[in-house]
Order: sequence, then structure tokens, then C-alpha cells
Amino acid sequence: MIEATALTKAYGATTAVNELTFTARSGRVTGFLGPNGAGKSTTMRLVVGLDSPDAGTVLVDGVPYRELKDPLRTVGAMLDATWRHPGRGGRDHLRWLAATNGIPEQRVDQLLELVGLKSVEKTRVGRYSLGMQQRLGIAAALLGDPRVLLFDEPVNGLDPEGMAWIRQLLHSLAAEGRTVFVSSHLLPEMAQTAQDLVVIGRGRLIYQGTMDDFVARTSRHGVRVRTPHADELRAALTGQVEFTEEDGAFVVSGVDSDRIGQLAFDAGATLHELSPIAGSLEQAYLDLTREAVEFSSAVSPSEVTP
Amino acid sequence: MNLLAVERIKLFTTRSPWWCALITIALSVGFAAILAGATESTDSLTVSATQFGGSQFGIAVVMVLAALAVTTEYRFNTIRTTFQAVPHRSPALVAKAVVVGLVSLILGEIAGFGAWGLAVLMRPNDNLALTTGQDWANVAGLGLVFAFSAVLAVAVGIMIRHSAGAIALLLIYTLAVESLVQLIPKIGNHIHEWMPFNVANKFLVGSTPAGNGPPPSDSPLSPGWALAYFAGISIVFLLVALGVAKKRDA
Amino acid sequence: MTTTSNLLRAERIKLFSTRAPWWCLALALAAPLGFTALFFALAGPEIPATVGNTQLASGNGRTVLLVLAVLATASEFGWGTMRLTFQAVPSRVPALLAKVAVVGAVGAVLGLVVGFGSWGMATLVQPDADLALHSGAEWRSVLGQSLVFLFTAVAGVGVALLLRNVAFALTVVLVWTQLLEGLVVFIPGAGRHIYQWMPFHAADEFVGAGGFAGVPTQLPAAPLSPWGYLGYFAAISVALFVAGVFVTARRDA
Repeated sequence: MIEATALTKAYGATTAVNELTFTARSGRVTGFLGPNGAGKSTTMRLVVGLDSPDAGTVLVDGVPYRELKDPLRTVGAMLDATWRHPGRGGRDHLRWLAATNGIPEQRVDQLLELVGLKSVEKTRVGRYSLGMQQRLGIAAALLGDPRVLLFDEPVNGLDPEGMAWIRQLLHSLAAEGRTVFVSSHLLPEMAQTAQDLVVIGRGRLIYQGTMDDFVARTSRHGVRVRTPHADELRAALTGQVEFTEEDGAFVVSGVDSDRIGQLAFDAGATLHELSPIAGSLEQAYLDLTREAVEFSSAVSPSEVTP
Repeated sequence: MNLLAVERIKLFTTRSPWWCALITIALSVGFAAILAGATESTDSLTVSATQFGGSQFGIAVVMVLAALAVTTEYRFNTIRTTFQAVPHRSPALVAKAVVVGLVSLILGEIAGFGAWGLAVLMRPNDNLALTTGQDWANVAGLGLVFAFSAVLAVAVGIMIRHSAGAIALLLIYTLAVESLVQLIPKIGNHIHEWMPFNVANKFLVGSTPAGNGPPPSDSPLSPGWALAYFAGISIVFLLVALGVAKKRDA
Repeated sequence: MTTTSNLLRAERIKLFSTRAPWWCLALALAAPLGFTALFFALAGPEIPATVGNTQLASGNGRTVLLVLAVLATASEFGWGTMRLTFQAVPSRVPALLAKVAVVGAVGAVLGLVVGFGSWGMATLVQPDADLALHSGAEWRSVLGQSLVFLFTAVAGVGVALLLRNVAFALTVVLVWTQLLEGLVVFIPGAGRHIYQWMPFHAADEFVGAGGFAGVPTQLPAAPLSPWGYLGYFAAISVALFVAGVFVTARRDA
């Protein structure tokens, strides 16, 4: 479990993290979302004690990170896969890291197998592809078989197979009762991976809860109805339910499709389409973080090319 | 012309060249100030003594500046972008050497005249007027020596690509190896007479001893030819580096 | 396994698993031994075959070791592995102590090999010369290299911790040791006195190499005894390291 309470950190004049309070539960994959510059990486650095907060605390299983003996055995974090010396081999990179916390070398070999880097263990890390580097970082995080895991953009640079592999890995780690805290930009991926969600913007908490609640609560959803008997349907719906008309279809909100179907039948309107509009993570997220985007494009995409 | 502008922008938009430039001028002028301040009122400071700091420290720091201008491109892989834009490669690298060389030339002039000017201010009664040709070579020539040292350093940077390695090699060579070679019995002095920075020093200080400075250069060349020799060596290095860069993977 | 031995092992793996330290070690051995062989093979009366003179080129090994120590430390900041290290060892200081211990030990061993190796090389090249180690000064000049190299390594780690940047730290240490100390002597008046308090000159004085720097002017009587000079050099090196640790432990990683 990761518990942050009123966490605050400023770099010079910029407040990167502002009174941030959240909890990442064990046995769950908690997604950490936010626009660029929202403070995700800063928060993660604060969790593992690389930076010190100006105010507030963050505890890992009830203890500040710096008080952990052999922290790699409790918390495995991949904050940046580029934190490695390019002239060193993959195996040696893991070996020294394992040695600091007394983790046996067999574990290094085990993990190299797990992430699929055994064949290139002696190759200098500078020659690794982006995906290989990410996998090495993940192996490093798993070295101590930790109860708590933090990953900052783990699927960066992975091919679809790799992304599916990570997703499966994160789910199985969480299923084992570990706390898995993952930040990402890839919304579709996050939708499939995370069970809980923490959304921040401009250093502040915007949302905390389950993924399902988030999508359901904040996105527009309803039922889309198309019919050749528009007048009959309009008459039947008016006063009964809320609806709007768009692009030749009705969008009805607040009731499920069964009820609408019944109303239409009673009014004698034939239906050509009766489909629920699923709330999407992307829409929910964009709606919510619209205010908090630090670096947005002033020009809309259609204006870019002459 | 475009390439020169590109290299100029690259050079001036990161911090390390500015720091190196500042440190170069500070060391050159600062050392002159220290010498000027510490020399007894009965003694007289010579022109070449004022250039002491610049010719020793300044060359070293300028070479670091020049090497970094190249090696950081390799480290952050912007060299690939550069070679993508200029597939023939040499024009881009030559443009870089030219820009870095010109900047070093200007730095050298500022350092040289700055140090001399400060000494004149601090010791108006010493005979510090720039009378002989050698005096002028000493002060104004510092810029030229800086420029060719920078070109040499760019060449080394291209060949080695690694910041630490290039800096270590350049500094150890300039500051230690040439004097060390002098210690080798029998042949040492002969080799030393032809070593590039020793020869460059001949251009700057000529054959007259610098009073309270180190012994002058033992190069047999005249100052004019000494400069040509030094310039020639730096250009040869650059040509070799260009050949290497063209053939290698980026 | 105790935590200490864990950390020492980690630092040892770090140091020997990239190429740069190996190149430095090779050069740090080849240059002094090579130059010594050259000097003694070609020397006439200008280099008398004394024990002290067998160490003429040892200073080069010391310089390369300084580069090794700076690189081993400063590059960790550049590549981010210092942050990884602090993730693994959040109290930070033990990791830094382990690093200086490993680099220092390498320095000490290197110093031993360079000192004795140079001396041995000289005896090989000039077997007839009397190079037996009799006096304390002679032992100090050969064996003492080990201590000088040890504290040189400590100083290198310290400077790198303070400056955090490879290019900057290398430039500072190389310009300081190869140029600045030697130039200080030319400052009229106080120069010669200041020179006698320069740390690497102090190290030279301990191993009897004080006269090697080619300083032409006469120096006043040395203010410290050779062992006093070692103590002074050691104190400065340790102070640099302690300052480096202090700064690194408190800052954001």
C-alpha cells in the first residue's frame, strides 16, 4: 500500500506536487494518470525518497521509504529505464543493483529469463533497443520480489506483444496481493490494465477511485436511437425521458435501452438502431483534465497544414 | 552559409560554451591581475608575463569547450539529426570547426587584450607598451592560437566521440605530455622541439625569456613559421577526423 | 553477508564492469613503467640512477588514477545510476563510503604496483646501478606511492561528488594538478610560499618528488616534514570527500 498525505514539492517557483493525498491499495493495479507536467514523475520520486517533500508524507506499507532496510525487497520501482550506464552489460547492471540489497545472483538470472533478455545479457546496454531497455528496467524493479511496485510508463517503446505481456504481468503481480502503481499516457492501455485510478493535474488530485466508477461517472453516456418514425418517437419520449437529437438520431440519457424499446413499440415507431453509447476512458479523462493541461496545443490539428 | 548559422545556434544555445568562455576569460585576466598585483614595485612586468594565464589556462579551457561542442552531439545523438540533414557530413563538421574556431579566436582576443589591459591599468609605469612585433604576436596572437587549438580539439572530439576521453586526452597531452617528453634523455629535447603546443608557444613568446615566466620555447622555427606549423597540424587532424567521420556509422 | 560487504561488492561490480576503468588502469601502469624504462635506458649523467629517480614517472600514474576516480563517480550522475543507487540505499552515505573504499583500494594497489614496478623496471634496465632500498626516504619514495595514490583516489571521488559533471570535474582536476599548482610558483613574492601548501605538491614532497615538477626557482625551507606533508594531503583529500558526501546526502538525487 502507498499512502500519500498532503504531499507537496516545489522546484524553485514551480509547485510540481500540491497537497496530493491518495492511496494505492494492495492487490490492485492502480493507474496514475495525468497530463504532461502534472507531477506524476515527481510524485514517484517522492515515494522512493529520491527527492524530499516540502510538506506532507508518503508511506509505503506504513513506513517512509528511507526507513526501509533493504528497500528493494519491499519496493521495486522503475522510474526511468534510461538510468543505466551504456557501457555496462545488462547482466552486470542487474548484478550490482542486486548486490546492494543482498539479493542473490540466481535471482538476476531468473529475471533475465523472465523478461527475455538472457541472450543479450552480456551486450552493452547502450546497444539495447528501447523495448529491451524497458524490460531491463522492469527486471531491475522485480529483483527483490517486492510487495510494492511502481512503474513510470512501463510500456514505452514496447511492441503490442510486449504491452500485452506487461499487462498480464501487472495483473498477476496484483493478483498475488502486491501493490502495483503504474503511470501511463496510453489511455486504452490503462483502461485494460488498471483497476483503480488516481488522476492528477497541475500537481493536484483530480480523481481517486475505481476505473469503472471513473468511466461511468464522468463520461457522457446514453442510448442512441435511429428510427424512420421520428415524429412518433419524439412524441413518445417527450416528457418521459431526457433526450437530444443529433445527426438524425436521438440520444437518450438516463434510461436503459429496454425502457426506450418499450416506449417506441407502444408509439408504433420502428427502430433501426438502439445501441448504448459506452463511456470511454478517453472522453472521461479529457473532460476531467481539460482545465489542468499544462502544455496544450494552441492550434487545432486541422489548422496545422495550409 | 546556412551551415555556419546552424552551428552558431547550436553552440550558443547550451550552457557549457558560455561557462567555458567565462572561465577562460576569468583565468586569463585573473592570473594577469595576480601577477600584476604581486610583482614588486621595483620589478617590471613584461608583456608576455601578462599573457601567461591565457596561454596556459586559456588554451586548455578553450579546448574543452571545443571538444564538448562535438562530443555532446554524439552523446545526445543529435549528430544523427545533423548527418541526416547533411548526408555528406564533412560540410557540417567543417562548419562546426569554423564556428568554434572563430568563437575561440574572439575569446582569445578578449582574453589577451583583457589581461594586458588590466596589467597596464594596474602597473602604468612598467614598460608594457606593445612595441615589438613579438609583443603584438603575444597579445593579439593569443586568439589565433586559441582558434587552432580549438580546431584541433574539435578533430579529437570527432575521432573519440566520448566527452571524458576527449577531455582527458587533450588536457593530459597539452598540460603534461609535452613537458614530460623533455625529460627523456638524449632524444627528448629533439622531439620536444617539434611538438605542436611548444611550437605554438614559440609563435607567442619568441626567443626572449619572459623575465619571471617559464623558459621560452626551444623550437627552431621562427615565430611566423611556428604559427603555420601549428595551424597546419590542427588542419591535418581535422582532415583525418573528417575522413573517419565520413566512413563510420553515425 | 553484511550490508557493508554487500555494498562493497556492488561498487566493485560497478567499477570493473565498464571499459573506462580498465583502460585507465592499463595506462596508469604502462605510462610510468614505460617512461621509467625509457629514462633509465637512455639516461646519461642528467638522470643519475638513484632510487628517487625511479619514481620520476609515477606521477603520471597518479594523474590517470585521478581520472579513473573522477570518472567512476561523476559518470554515475551523468547516467542516472546514482539515483538507482540511492533507491537501493536511501541512507546514501554507506553507498558513498563503499565507493570511496573500493576506488581507494584500487588506488592503493595501483600505487604499490607502480611504485615497485617502476623501481623494478629501473633495476632491470640498469642492473649495475645501486638501487637497493636502504634509507627511510628511499622506502618512502617507492612504497609511499601506495598511500599517495590512495588519497588521490579519495580526492577524485570527493571532487566528483561536489561537481557532479564529468567534463567539469575532469577539467578542474587536470588543470589543477598539471598546470595550476606549477604556475602558482611564478606569482612574485608569495608564490613560492603558496606553492609549498599546494596539496599535490605536498604529495610529491612525501615521496621525495618535490623537485620533479621542474620548478626552476629556489624554494624556501619546507614547512612540513615528509610525513607531515602526507598528513596534510590526506586531510585535504578526506575533507573534499566529506564535503562531497555532505552535499550529496542532502540534495535531491
